[in-house]
Amino acid sequence: MDRSTSYGGTMPAADIFEHAKRMISGHAGQIGLRYVDHGDDWVDLAFDYKPELAINAETGILASGPIISLIDSACGISIMVKVGQPRPMATLDLRVDYVRAAPPGRSITARGTCYRISRNVAFVRCMAHDGDPDDPVAHALATFFFTGD
Amino acid sequence: MAFHSPYADMIGARRNDATDEPILTIAWRSEVEGRPGYVHGGIIAGLLEMACYEALILELRASGDEARLKPINVAVDYLRGGVVADTHAVAQIVRVGKRVANVTAICWQDDRSRPIATARMHILLDR
Repeated sequence: MDRSTSYGGTMPAADIFEHAKRMISGHAGQIGLRYVDHGDDWVDLAFDYKPELAINAETGILASGPIISLIDSACGISIMVKVGQPRPMATLDLRVDYVRAAPPGRSITARGTCYRISRNVAFVRCMAHDGDPDDPVAHALATFFFTGD
Repeated sequence: MAFHSPYADMIGARRNDATDEPILTIAWRSEVEGRPGYVHGGIIAGLLEMACYEALILELRASGDEARLKPINVAVDYLRGGVVADTHAVAQIVRVGKRVANVTAICWQDDRSRPIATARMHILLDR
C-alpha cells in the first residue's frame, strides 16, 4: 500500500524507512528491531523476545535497556515520518516510566508519536506494550533537537 | 559486575577495575551504533541504568540487604553525542529509603569532566 501521499514532506515513505533502516542498523539490528506500521505522525516498531535481552537469566524478565532503545528509535523515526524526510537530529532528553515488568517470551511494540515540531525541537511521546496497547509496559516522553542545517 | 545479566553481556558492559568506584564500561563495536558514527541513545541509557543497579546492589549488599530491584522510572539527559570510543558510566546513591532508592549516574567517554549523558532513576526495593 502506497502511503507516500499522506506526507507533507517531499520524500516517499518507503525512502524514509530505507533511511531509517540504516539508522537502526547497528544496535537496532542486534536487538532485532523491526518496522510494524505508521501513520501521519506515528510509527510502530517492535522486537521479539530472546533470552539474551533479559536482565536476569533465571527469571528471564526483559532488561529495560532494549525497551529504551526501542523507544528512542520509535521516537526518532516518528519525527522523520511527520517531517516527511530525514533530518539530522539528536535526543535531548528521554524519560521513561516502567509501568510494569515485561514477562519473558513476548514481543514488545512501541508507538512513537511526534505531537509537535518547532523550528529547533521536536516533542514526542511513546507507549510500549506486549500485545495489548491498553496495558502498556512503558510510557515515555522525549524531546529531540535538529542538528546541522 | 555485582549482578549477572544476559543483556549486559550482549551489549558488552563490564566492570571497569581502574578505580575502586563501580564504573561500567562498554567498548565501541558496530553493535552499539545508532546513527552512523554515534553510540545509540538506548545503549547510553541502558549503561546508565546498569551503573545505577551496580552501585545500588553493592551498597545494599554491604549492609546484608538482599532486596530485589525494580526500575520505576528513568530520566536521561543527552549532553553530547557518544562517538567511536569506550563509554563509561558510574552512579551515585542519593537516598536509600524503605521502599524506594534515588540514584543518579553520569556517562562519559575520554574526559570525565565532559559527560555525554546524565540520568536520574527511581528504583523500587522489593523485600
